[in-house]
Amino acid sequence: MRNPLNKTVTEIKPSGIRKFFDIVSEMKDAISLGVGEPDFDTPWHIREEGIYSLEKGRTFYTSNAGLAELKEEIGRYLKRRFNLDYNPAKETLVTIGGSEAIDIGLRAMLDPGDEVLIPQPSYVSYLPCVTLAGGVPVVIELKAENEFRLTRQEVLDAVTEKTKVLIMPFPNNPTGSIMTREDLQEIVDVVIEKDLFVISDEIYSELTYGGNHVSIAEFPGMKERTIVINGFSKSYAMTGWRLGYAAGPENVITQMIKIHQFAIMCAPTTSQYAAVEALKNGDEDVAMMRGEYDKRRRYVVNALREMGLNCFEPKGAFYVFPDIRGTGMTSDEFANCLLQEEKVAVVPGTAFGDCGEGFLRISYAYSIENLKIALERISRFVKNHR
Amino acid sequence: MEDKNREQLKEAILRAIEKNAKLSTKDLAIMLGYTEEEVTVSIAEMEADSVICGYPTLINWDKTSRERVTALIEVKVTPQRGQGFDKIAERIYRFDEVESVYLMSGGFDLTVIIDGKSMREVANFVSGKLAPMEAVLSCATHFVLKKYKEHGIPLVSEVEDERMLITP
Repeated sequence: MRNPLNKTVTEIKPSGIRKFFDIVSEMKDAISLGVGEPDFDTPWHIREEGIYSLEKGRTFYTSNAGLAELKEEIGRYLKRRFNLDYNPAKETLVTIGGSEAIDIGLRAMLDPGDEVLIPQPSYVSYLPCVTLAGGVPVVIELKAENEFRLTRQEVLDAVTEKTKVLIMPFPNNPTGSIMTREDLQEIVDVVIEKDLFVISDEIYSELTYGGNHVSIAEFPGMKERTIVINGFSKSYAMTGWRLGYAAGPENVITQMIKIHQFAIMCAPTTSQYAAVEALKNGDEDVAMMRGEYDKRRRYVVNALREMGLNCFEPKGAFYVFPDIRGTGMTSDEFANCLLQEEKVAVVPGTAFGDCGEGFLRISYAYSIENLKIALERISRFVKNHR
Repeated sequence: MEDKNREQLKEAILRAIEKNAKLSTKDLAIMLGYTEEEVTVSIAEMEADSVICGYPTLINWDKTSRERVTALIEVKVTPQRGQGFDKIAERIYRFDEVESVYLMSGGFDLTVIIDGKSMREVANFVSGKLAPMEAVLSCATHFVLKKYKEHGIPLVSEVEDERMLITP
């Protein structure tokens, strides 16, 4: 029998996080700080709208690019929150989570051999999606001394004649790092000079602390070069609804819609109706959740510093990325021993790229009571391994 | 500390302890990004100003062996000259059995919430103490059958974290 499998797919390494998940799920009564999704339930008025749409029998397909009403709301939202101007009818597309938007954005833009710059540590799917789209991933290793922000020089060092796309994963999972307006200006200059395109994954854009998120698409000359990716998972605690969107120049969005229409047809109808309610009446929920995360963020950073771990102050998402190199352990060793000895699960930094070595991702999408118990255990563990 | 900043801190403290009065001043200081002293002073001021009036515990008595009956009584009264409803409200809320008293708009004047050991105790209070008051015109007593939610916290089912332990 012939080999039924595709060579590119079989050569892709399974996600490092998967390996750790298998170990953790074997262990009963472990406390986890390893989750990449909100602990809040979707606000009730949003869920209720989803239920209502089912009661009304809205169980049909929507148009490929998404409900017109939802796209209108997305347009208003992007304007209101990030000062971005998009034509809802031609420049937005509703997708199955931000993940699908990343995938089809790359597929719409890449020709075989095109290079894509991927700053790491970052979300696990950029690299395999580039490979599957026929592109060549080029990793930029972000540095702890820059608080894991991307610098102009790092882009310049990685750029070649073949570079086509730069992924901008900020606010960042797993580091919690953000890019300020000044940081972005440097990158914008290189992007325009080198004639690159940007896929800006802004899924955590509502979760910034001490200042509003700035989108790279807002800069002059950038709208036509940028696909902004966002969604409802993190900001409205709607991970399971699987709903995201892309906004970008019409020529790219049109091609993305083509892939989406053949591969997906349309995003789930119930989720789209719920999302309309989220955008119309959800601002207060977002502010409440942001306020809660902010308190936990301060609490966790303080606790980690008190136990002697270096830890820069993350200004976005819901992760802290402490430096554990002082313990003499690798990320994998630390995470595994911590799980065995104290039954606390955290994710090794290496799950998000090799340059995550020496760091851990700690999620604070948990109640203060939970965080307190887990941090006490981590503190005891660190003390025992000094 | 500036007044504006102090007001912001006070509001942040209230919001945090409204749902969890057990937070220590140290934890509050860390979580809100102020010094412990600033938090302590703010709380002391709010206690002195009766902005913070107490730190009760939310108890689901149904889960204990103690019998307890709650009744909500709609009371119509005659307001008194010069004192409006306040005088009669005070005469009512001074009874230990009375949990809460609110002045209402609409079809009746006062909502009185009573906690008693038994229905008989509540009935005795209404017929013996409340109804005979001169200013009281009528009482309509409603017994609470089940409490679902109080102070924004559901009392019925405990929610378990059903998220997967590790997700990217």
